[in-house]
Amino acid sequence: MSRSRKLLILGGTVLAVLGMLYGLHYAVFVEHQTLDRMGGSLAGAFAHAAERRGDDSQLALTAYRETKYDYVRQVDLHSHWIGLAMLLIVLGIVFDEVAFAERARFAIALAMLAGSIVFPLGVILQTVHKAPLGSVLAIAGSVLVIAALGATAVGFMREGAI
Amino acid sequence: MLLFGGIALVAAGMLFGDIFAVFVLHQNGGQTGQALLAAARAVAAQDPSAVNIAFAHLGNLLEDRGTKVDAHVHMIDAGYLALLLALMQPYVALSAPNKKLLAKIFLTGGLLLPVGIFLIHYVGLAYAFLPVIGWASVLADSAGVLLIVVLLVEGWGFWNYLRGRRAGPVEPELPKDRTWERRTLLSGGTVLILMGFVFGAWYAGANLYEHENREIVILKDLLDQPAGADGLADPVNAYGRLQAEKAVQIAAHSHIIEFGLLAILLSFIQPYVFLTERWKRIWVKVLLAGSVILPVFVLLELKLGLLAGGIADVGGLMVVVALVGMLVGVVRHTGSLDAEARGAR
Repeated sequence: MSRSRKLLILGGTVLAVLGMLYGLHYAVFVEHQTLDRMGGSLAGAFAHAAERRGDDSQLALTAYRETKYDYVRQVDLHSHWIGLAMLLIVLGIVFDEVAFAERARFAIALAMLAGSIVFPLGVILQTVHKAPLGSVLAIAGSVLVIAALGATAVGFMREGAI
Repeated sequence: MLLFGGIALVAAGMLFGDIFAVFVLHQNGGQTGQALLAAARAVAAQDPSAVNIAFAHLGNLLEDRGTKVDAHVHMIDAGYLALLLALMQPYVALSAPNKKLLAKIFLTGGLLLPVGIFLIHYVGLAYAFLPVIGWASVLADSAGVLLIVVLLVEGWGFWNYLRGRRAGPVEPELPKDRTWERRTLLSGGTVLILMGFVFGAWYAGANLYEHENREIVILKDLLDQPAGADGLADPVNAYGRLQAEKAVQIAAHSHIIEFGLLAILLSFIQPYVFLTERWKRIWVKVLLAGSVILPVFVLLELKLGLLAGGIADVGGLMVVVALVGMLVGVVRHTGSLDAEARGAR
């Protein structure tokens, strides 16, 4: 088995386990409480408005916004890590059919793995008061994945594979 | 076992998604808008208890919708993982009985996970031992643990394979061929995924933050109680439109990527699809056409309305039909192997 295939399959498996463990931890210890807080703060904003307590209503709406911002990114981390892991494993199985030299294939595989780790990590960093760094990592990671996937598509279409 | 179980889980998950889209999704969206309007009217009437009732109803509707979407997604993803594990088996250094046991555990977990998620809305907190986690959640989480355990053991088996260990009879590697079906599915699938990634990046850059900001602006409008005949209806409608915009863009992004993955996975099993070349090509074309039609027309739903929604559902059905067509070919292949074995005896 070539180095590029090993990297994609092993890296993908580790990433899938990581994504699932993170999802399990989040579902058991965080998600239910977060959903309660999110729903509660939105309902609170409306209830306070009905009581004509404008400032409390505003605070509750802000709490809703912040909780939802976190929730969306936590779920994105879980789903993107697992989704990208599956893609890595699938491509790992068939990567020898990418019609480039093994050195180039390894570089593409490395870029894809690095991007798959960094992109969701950047998304989650946006929730811990490191938004600029998180955004930079998320953009860099997604660019890496897209470029590597584009190169893979070209490799599949080229003559001379296998 | 993993091959059949995987394709069956994917087909069942897609069929469930189609049924959900036709019979639940739009009705649920309409009811959610009504619940939000009721909450806004309760604010106008200065009635906090009515606000709480409206939000309890709203939460119920969102849970109903969310658990069904999650059941659909998790069933398909479990199917994909089962297919992946099937393809990885030649590289997993474990004994045949252990592999069989792991496959059974994985498929059991893959089935129980979406079932558990689906039941969360109906079981709720009945007889729950914790204040926020019901028995259906426990079932779903336990099934998730089963999947993780199997993946860890399979990963360990793969690690052993890389270190040169072998155990028992090893499954043959997938035959490498360059037939039209394989190349088309492989390159078509990769292009679909690439399109999905580019669209996702565009959505994150152009729309994600704008949608989040717009939601808060609309909610503030509702809380400020605008005057006039359509004072409340306007922001409620704007909220509904925003939710629809988000839903179709996320659905287009995720579906086109999932179909791309499916196409690549199906390219591997083409040597085992025992059909004439003509039929194999037909199913490949139907699958790829459906994979483009569904996400494109989901996106067009906001402009073309239910017509686009109907066409998108047809696209989903095309993928399911192509999947079943290929599954029939795989069944025929195993049947032919059995017949050959009987002939040899």
